[in-house]
Amino acid sequence: MTRIDRRQVLKTGAAFAGGSALGFPAIGRAQANVIKIGHLTPLTGFLGALGAYAQLGLKMAEEEINKAGGVLGRPLEVMSEDSVNPATASTKAQRMLEQNGATVLLGEINSASAKTIMQVAARNKRLFMSIGARSDVLRGKDCNRYTFHVDIPVTVMVNAAGQALLREGLVKGKRIFSITSDYLFGHDLAKAAKNFYAANGGTQVGDELVATDATDFSPYLLKVRQAKPDLVSTNLGGNQVTNFVKQYAEFGLPFPIAGFNLNTADAWAAGEGNLSGIWPTVWHHDLDIPASKTFVADFAKKYGKPPENHAWIEYVTLKIMAQAMAETKSTDTDTLIAYFEKEPQFDLLKARKGYFRSWDHQLMQEAYPFTVKPKGQAKDQWDFLKLGAAVPAADQPLEVLAPTKEQSECKM
Amino acid sequence: MQLMFLLEQVVNGLVLGGYYLLIALGLSLIFSVGGVVNLAHGAFYALGAYISLEIGKRLGFVSAVALSPVVVGMLGVLFERFLLRRFYTADPILSLLVTFGLAMVAEQVIRIVWGAAPLPASIPQELKGAIIIGDFLFSRYRLTLLAIVIVVLAAIWLLLHKTSFGSVVRAGIQRPDMVAALGIRLQPYMTTIVALGVGTAALGGALFAPITIVHPAMGAEIITAAFVVVVIGGLGSFWGVVLAAILVGVVRGVTIHFLPPAGEASMYVLMILVLLLRPRGLLGERIEKFE
Repeated sequence: MTRIDRRQVLKTGAAFAGGSALGFPAIGRAQANVIKIGHLTPLTGFLGALGAYAQLGLKMAEEEINKAGGVLGRPLEVMSEDSVNPATASTKAQRMLEQNGATVLLGEINSASAKTIMQVAARNKRLFMSIGARSDVLRGKDCNRYTFHVDIPVTVMVNAAGQALLREGLVKGKRIFSITSDYLFGHDLAKAAKNFYAANGGTQVGDELVATDATDFSPYLLKVRQAKPDLVSTNLGGNQVTNFVKQYAEFGLPFPIAGFNLNTADAWAAGEGNLSGIWPTVWHHDLDIPASKTFVADFAKKYGKPPENHAWIEYVTLKIMAQAMAETKSTDTDTLIAYFEKEPQFDLLKARKGYFRSWDHQLMQEAYPFTVKPKGQAKDQWDFLKLGAAVPAADQPLEVLAPTKEQSECKM
Repeated sequence: MQLMFLLEQVVNGLVLGGYYLLIALGLSLIFSVGGVVNLAHGAFYALGAYISLEIGKRLGFVSAVALSPVVVGMLGVLFERFLLRRFYTADPILSLLVTFGLAMVAEQVIRIVWGAAPLPASIPQELKGAIIIGDFLFSRYRLTLLAIVIVVLAAIWLLLHKTSFGSVVRAGIQRPDMVAALGIRLQPYMTTIVALGVGTAALGGALFAPITIVHPAMGAEIITAAFVVVVIGGLGSFWGVVLAAILVGVVRGVTIHFLPPAGEASMYVLMILVLLLRPRGLLGERIEKFE
């Protein structure tokens, strides 16, 4: 009998552990028949919490689709990885297409990372569903034929919350202090916000940039107090929003706040009594639509908590992709692009169906402003947002809040 | 008026210094005594925050802040006994790798136990809001925090300078061989120092949970800043770390006053300047074993 050297076992084990940590392609799962989907989303860093929800939603859609017999009789296999940062996202995207046999790419929340994956998709002539990135430039100046955009762009977010701000009389003739996240998405959001305030008679008395790794906002809060604005307007992303609203509540500043970006997970993380103001969202789990309610119930049963908007959007995106492959009976990139460009309608678990605009590949869908429920009205820790009516209103076309073809710099 | 605004930022920076101090002090102590850069220090800060939320749910905020550092301090004892101890005399690169690895493991453990989504936490109602002293605005909570930091600081200083325990520790920093020659085993002292160090980091986590986001990567976010403070302050110097923490807080505030986008970069620029002018750090002492 050969004796196995304990050290050798340890070494081999360590090599394996190291290999899997570095993301070596999985060996031994080469089932020719599966449709492989490459998924990238930030699991660490200031967007990591959102990425975790994104994975849950996507996984649930994958399981449902495979349970119902897969797509074209073939099972779906989602490879999901942490996109880490724009450079890593691009490397991983390339590897997923080249070595791991991904048919399509999808995912992302970070606009800067989405931008690099879009370039990989264009270079390889493969489809990329950019799910959670919201920068205008991605579907504007940087748009390409191979990328479709699912989440609402920042202009829509600004308009959605902006309509509510106008109704509250917080813009016209008011002094507005902005705080902006210092990266692609924040700058984009700040630009859209600035245009909105200028068009509606508001004056910006300050616009300060904050690094994405800042956790303490006290010096900024002092500057807000010194400026004595009528409205504090935030263009922040991910964790920053939570840190900001927690510290805003801590200092107890009297000025009303609003923001053009807040994901539900960041709102939940703020803690009771800390959040206030008017914000936009793309979907919320208490939406009163039967299909949405079923999704929420199934998700809660599976994971023990309600889905966040990133879980919802990944879920519907994979369903859309499966539907597109089933209806075209194809996984071919050009066939799929041609299909989406015909602007078919997709069920988004909302009152109205949505479609991808053919000329900028942006999904047209309803958005919602929300405020915060008064103290004591929340049923549980997930229930403190008060969703406003969907925008655009039912009698308006879905495109009214989005940039028009004339405003957009997208040329494919 | 401009001057008042600037002064307000300076005062706020002093308060913020207390935050950096809680994390950096333990890091500095462990480094000074054991010669180990504990890259897992941030993980104990994060654990402090998570454990305080668990305790807070059951026993309230005060118990949470008091007990969480004790629980994490006990984890620190295990950490020192079973892991750190093996690396005091080893090549520093090994202890860096081990503690870096441990930080990643701890972050994943937090993700598995508490989930990747951030947890909500709030300041107790009595401590919310601001106090205006003169023309300056202070957060009531941060002033409370500052008071706690001062008490902790005083206690640690007294422990190190007025007790026989402290004499041995200080002697151990400078001349471990001499301490050994006198027949004193440094190991139990080291265990205590590590427990104390990670305990103060946990206190920082517990105190900051209500005002910053509580998520698995919070430890990784703080470790760099803490390390910068230690480097600026200088090795082995208690007051160096205190001075550096305050300086980092003030410089950051003043930078944000004049040039907001550079706010987070300011501490690194400060570190480079200090290293250029005084490579040993502001109040760093000459320590034989590190020369």
